[in-house]
Amino acid sequence: MDKMRQVVERARAAFNSGRSRSLEFRIQQLKALERMVNEREKEILAALKADLHKCGHSAYSQEIIGILGELALTMEKLPSWAAPQPVKRNLLTMRDEAYIGYEPLGVVLIIGAWNYPFVLVMQPLIGAIAAGNAVVVKPSEVSENTARLVAELLPQYLDKDLYPVVTGGVPETTELLTQRFDHILYTGNTAVGKIVMAAAAKHLTPVTLELGGKSPCYIDKDCDLTVACRRITWGKYMNCGQTCIAPDYILCDPSIQSKVVENIKETLKEFYGEDVKSSPDYERIVNKRHFNRVKNLLEGQKIAHGGETDEASCFIAPTILTDVSPESKVMEEEIFGPVLPIVTVKSVEEAIEFINLREKPLALYVFSNNKQLIKRVISQTTSGGVTGNDVIMHFFLSTLPFGGVGHSGMGAYHGKYSFETFSHRRACLIKDLRMESANKMRYPPGSQKKLDW
Amino acid sequence: NPYAGLVSHLRASWLSGKTRPMEYRMAQLEALGRFLDDKKQEILEATELDMGKPSFEAFFSEILLCKNELNITLNNLYHWMKDEHVNKNLVMQLDSAFIRKDPYGVVLIIAPWNYPIHLFLVPLIGAIAAGNCVIVKPSEISKNTERLVAETLSCYLDSDCFAVVTGGVPETTRLLENKFDYIFFTGIPPVGRIVMAAAAKHLTPVTLELGGKNPCYVSDTCDVTNVARRVAWGRFFNAGQTCVAPDYLLCTLEMQEKLMPALREAITEFFGPNPQESPDFGRMVSDKQFQRIRALLGSGRVAIGGQTDEAERYIAPTVLADVLPSDPAMQEEIFGPILPIVVVANMDEAIDFINARPRPLAVYAFSCDSKVVNQVLERTSSGGFCGNDTLMHVTLTSLPFGGIGNSSLGKYHGKFTFDTFSHHRGCLHRSMGLEALNAPRYPPYTQQKLGLLTAAFEVKRRGTCTLL
Repeated sequence: MDKMRQVVERARAAFNSGRSRSLEFRIQQLKALERMVNEREKEILAALKADLHKCGHSAYSQEIIGILGELALTMEKLPSWAAPQPVKRNLLTMRDEAYIGYEPLGVVLIIGAWNYPFVLVMQPLIGAIAAGNAVVVKPSEVSENTARLVAELLPQYLDKDLYPVVTGGVPETTELLTQRFDHILYTGNTAVGKIVMAAAAKHLTPVTLELGGKSPCYIDKDCDLTVACRRITWGKYMNCGQTCIAPDYILCDPSIQSKVVENIKETLKEFYGEDVKSSPDYERIVNKRHFNRVKNLLEGQKIAHGGETDEASCFIAPTILTDVSPESKVMEEEIFGPVLPIVTVKSVEEAIEFINLREKPLALYVFSNNKQLIKRVISQTTSGGVTGNDVIMHFFLSTLPFGGVGHSGMGAYHGKYSFETFSHRRACLIKDLRMESANKMRYPPGSQKKLDW
Repeated sequence: NPYAGLVSHLRASWLSGKTRPMEYRMAQLEALGRFLDDKKQEILEATELDMGKPSFEAFFSEILLCKNELNITLNNLYHWMKDEHVNKNLVMQLDSAFIRKDPYGVVLIIAPWNYPIHLFLVPLIGAIAAGNCVIVKPSEISKNTERLVAETLSCYLDSDCFAVVTGGVPETTRLLENKFDYIFFTGIPPVGRIVMAAAAKHLTPVTLELGGKNPCYVSDTCDVTNVARRVAWGRFFNAGQTCVAPDYLLCTLEMQEKLMPALREAITEFFGPNPQESPDFGRMVSDKQFQRIRALLGSGRVAIGGQTDEAERYIAPTVLADVLPSDPAMQEEIFGPILPIVVVANMDEAIDFINARPRPLAVYAFSCDSKVVNQVLERTSSGGFCGNDTLMHVTLTSLPFGGIGNSSLGKYHGKFTFDTFSHHRGCLHRSMGLEALNAPRYPPYTQQKLGLLTAAFEVKRRGTCTLL
């Protein structure tokens, strides 16, 4: 396991050489990443298909478009993001230069997740490179084809010493986490998030944790159910429900529950046809362990739609559960699968209370024609992010910080926030060595006259 | 768990929404202002008892700087609290996209003893402004100030939402077992690790304001008199017990010789011929600190000062010459009125020296040649930097105050404190209409849909275009 120490040491030596600091170098590396994504698109899509049964369209729209957009944005904005930011001065500093300088942190670690295995290492990597750091990339071993591909491709396009890829499972990651990093960005679950933060604490390493939770989705009685349910269906069942910001469960009045079910059923037929299993656009559960985990959540539940499973192909049909009890297993943990429980509540106040009694979620969704109601739900709850009258979409606006709060995470990234996450904002004050008379009032011996001035 | 009741009481207040309205937060902040006004004399007396803090200094750091932070916050809270609307992409032109500043909930502020009011009050201002409930844990080492805060702060703040907890290591350890929504700690790195490890158990985000050895490079081209004054001021303020004090000097042998008389003169100017009699020079906060710092006097040779008086916990403003990197004074943050000078051959050697060590809270560089100042700035890394002066960068609230690496995690002061204690929540409020525009994203997937999606979502580099 000396290997981990060597990789990190080499990255640190490469960082200390100073070559990642110039903007030209950083943009050159980002351009190389862009070439990589364009030139090797076929292989990337094939790996995603092998890992998650993701079809070309899904893989491209979920993982490639976002990365290309982030790369273009970053390359264009980098000079302005990295420029020193002058700040407002006070009376005492009026004649001085005062600004915030953006500097790299050093060697950062990015740990990816398996559900969007390419974009979840690439998007942080873009920000980390842009900020001038060396980056150790650790893709998830669960999505093994993508991990292998990332390990093959990155050294072909990027500086090998500055941006090494480390592969492996729990033992390798544990060993990696004993090394000292200047920032760690981890995407994954809450339990491992705690382990990562505890390891970081030993070195006082700042962390960004992109975790998860149960993202609630409240549907108001006053709302266009057809539209609402189409949007919810899209967000819930994309990637077979394996999305950190998928609407995890629905809260709605009992009087609209069956209409909600009907609308979702209709939409599912529209999206995937009569036989979901043969639709090329519907994914699979990533492995047997998760397949069994999700399947077990169906036990004892009222299945209003779906419920079919096939272990051999890790297939679970898009499923809706009704009249779900808040105490049941499916309401305890993040589902991360194509199972949508509906919990009935009698009012928006009850929904707000329900949400606030639970851990802070990564995303919160509310559907209503009533703008005031939406504003109220946002104001009386908290969450990583919010989309009103849709799901998922706040993720795609790079001017919004993307991250969690409480158990759903800490820190944020995307767009400029990635650059800032991986930068040190250094306070700089440059004074003149002359003009000493202005300083006299601060020096001892102290006197009331000096104080009053 | 002796504090579980208190924490859940505050959490219940938090959930009731009491701290959300701006008026409530302003009222609590204004009450803090009255605390500073009413208790000014008591604060000056307590800090004098605790560490011989001269009233001039105490007024400056414990009252004036705190009132500045209060006024900046009161003046700007409305704007800071407002939703921040952000630029939208093509697809979201008709939507509302903004960042909402949510409070975290129940936050814990652990303060140290060296600026015992300032270092809990300034974070507290931001925590209240951001709408949180707060538990303040002042340092037990500055015990007079601790008592003052414990007895009087609750008269000013809403006791449903704000509490003071006193005690030492055992009490703080028990307190840290509870789940907080944010922890703000100021102190030394080893305890910072303990706090972060405790926070990790609950996934509580933290700000840790720690310390280190802040180097001060003095180039050969400089106005020696002014340098000596500014360095002496920064080093001996609060008898050296300042996290951003210049910890040690780096200069050539020639400059060391030139600086010595200038430093001697500055010290005499500030504190008179016998600093022990000056009302403007402080004392060590405890016997433990006194003994620790006194042991560092064996490093190099005592060129100025060196006198000590155990009964008063007095250590004279001291300059040590010819200090070696292996000497005791160079092994730990000094946090006392001793300024070691380490001789280097030139600026490059000084920069290498600095970079071979853990990154400090501050780097200082003095030179008449601005190129030299900029070189030191660009080739080192630190929390903050001040050219041609000491300490001053932390009094400008538009600059973020914090470290990097071992010297800290996170930043505050001014708006940065408010931002530290707020969760920046990305919100997108879409229209229910125009559903047709969403069609390209739904299955069944087609090449045409993909083309439309790409066109809608793509960010193009300037000078390129998409052919549909």
